[in-house]
Amino acid sequence: MELGIDISKKLGSFHLNLQMQTEERRIGILGASGCGKSMTLKCIAGIETPDRGKIQAGLDCLFDSAGKINVAPQRRKIGYLFQNYALFPTMTVAQNVAAGLKGSRAEMEKRTAGMIEKFQLAGLEKRLPGELSGGQQQRVALARIMAYEPGMILLDEPFSALDIYLKEQLMQEMRQLLKDYDGTVILVSHSRDEIYQFSDALLTMDQGKAVRFGNTREVFDNPGNRMTARLTGCKNISAAKKTGPWEVYASDWNLTLRTGLPVSDTLRYIGIRAHDIEAAGHAGCNTLPCHISSVTEAPFETIYMAACQEREQVLWWKQAKNRMGSSAMAQIPEYLYLPPERLLQLEE
Amino acid sequence: MMEWLQNLDWSPLWISVKTGLAAAVICFFLGIYAAGKMMRLHGKTKAVLDGILTLPMVLPPTVAGFFLLLLFSKRRPFGAFLYSTFDIKVVQSWMGCVIAAVVIAFPLMYRNARAAFEQIDVNLIYAGRTLGMSETKIFWKVAVPAAGPGIASGTVLTFARAMGEYGATSMLAGNISGKTGTISQKIAMVIQDGDYGTAGFWVVIVLIAALGIVVMMNLFAAKKMKQLKKW
Repeated sequence: MELGIDISKKLGSFHLNLQMQTEERRIGILGASGCGKSMTLKCIAGIETPDRGKIQAGLDCLFDSAGKINVAPQRRKIGYLFQNYALFPTMTVAQNVAAGLKGSRAEMEKRTAGMIEKFQLAGLEKRLPGELSGGQQQRVALARIMAYEPGMILLDEPFSALDIYLKEQLMQEMRQLLKDYDGTVILVSHSRDEIYQFSDALLTMDQGKAVRFGNTREVFDNPGNRMTARLTGCKNISAAKKTGPWEVYASDWNLTLRTGLPVSDTLRYIGIRAHDIEAAGHAGCNTLPCHISSVTEAPFETIYMAACQEREQVLWWKQAKNRMGSSAMAQIPEYLYLPPERLLQLEE
Repeated sequence: MMEWLQNLDWSPLWISVKTGLAAAVICFFLGIYAAGKMMRLHGKTKAVLDGILTLPMVLPPTVAGFFLLLLFSKRRPFGAFLYSTFDIKVVQSWMGCVIAAVVIAFPLMYRNARAAFEQIDVNLIYAGRTLGMSETKIFWKVAVPAAGPGIASGTVLTFARAMGEYGATSMLAGNISGKTGTISQKIAMVIQDGDYGTAGFWVVIVLIAALGIVVMMNLFAAKKMKQLKKW
């Protein structure tokens, strides 16, 4: 199904202005909090109304300010999974699952029973949402949406309120449950891990605007601009100037770097991911003397802050710990090496 | 003493309870409905409408009584119309008691219901919409039950306030013994005659009823809010 969005909405000083066109079935929207990604979902679902624009889902026009079309959320057939699941607190699990159903009683009961079975909720039918664990609540919310047979499902930060252990487990569960759903699914998140695992196409947003849209893997491999690099987790970004066809000067690091690809004329920044930096024994091309200003131990990696020559900025350097679990390297290397093929050429 | 009790006219108690119950039921639906409508508004319209709906609570009841008389008096167009067409008499009748009590107690129900609605998660309403539920169904099946405790306490307060209404009632319904003579009016009347014994008896009845209602409400609420921490 083709999804076409071209909307604009003003909220106080915030301005959402978004265009997107895709046929992908698994779409991720990545952005910092307050960038307008949830607002976008709410506009698609019809919970919020854009000031201007058009929303098209397949052959259905959901919203068109010029044609004065604004389909009620009740008739859009779009499921919305809220961050807190929004289960109806006074209804039992079974009543929640059946909430969106219409038709004869027998038919509704049959469909509800089917969903309860599919989402492993058997035995919990009579419970109230408040008596369920976080994982169970999420399954009820998904079952309620699936019973309604929507043409599209919107997931609004469904994992961000969970602790890490539950988060990873529920993410896997959700992927399984959505595997045989052939409608479009949009996941909104500020977590690059969730987006990377989940989506085929990725939209990055900043301050109400689309920054980049493309294939998820491609966007991570080549973010293209500074905000997308930052959102996809690139820690080291420096303002940069082209100084030759294969050479840039990174002013925040006071470094001249060779690049793996010809330098584009529109380059404004250069970036490198923290785990792409390597240790080097001697000075050479793309190296800088290694002065570690601080070391942080994370469970499975070590994070070093390396000072740059005559500059305040530090470089983040992450090293995966080896299997022995030995912590910081026995010896700090003399130089750090920024591999040319790992450098990210970024526009504004 | 027993003899005194046996000879006592109990009608004020029944009239007060009857009036309180009738007014509470009417206010329950009106208040919830108005609060629900108000949740869909915002800005100046909401501020002005809210002011109008809350007015009876802050005005002296006699002012409300004045307007009610203006509206329902048989010598005025609307009152005359009601009487001639439907044979409905509001002034000096039990219906006058109920209408006066409804007007005075309505803001309590409305404000409590609105406060309860404001507490519930707005995502519940949104979820209902994206699941294709009609606005009416969302309101009565999701919003009202979710706001249950607040609405319940609002109803009890409304009943208590309606049962004790005096000012507007005395103006609109008068104090006709056995017909519109509520407890509050009875107390005022016997005090004028210097009958402190009878007045005291009714005062005790009202105290017990009011205290009982409020304590029961708190116990009910305490059950619902076990996790609430002391200050």
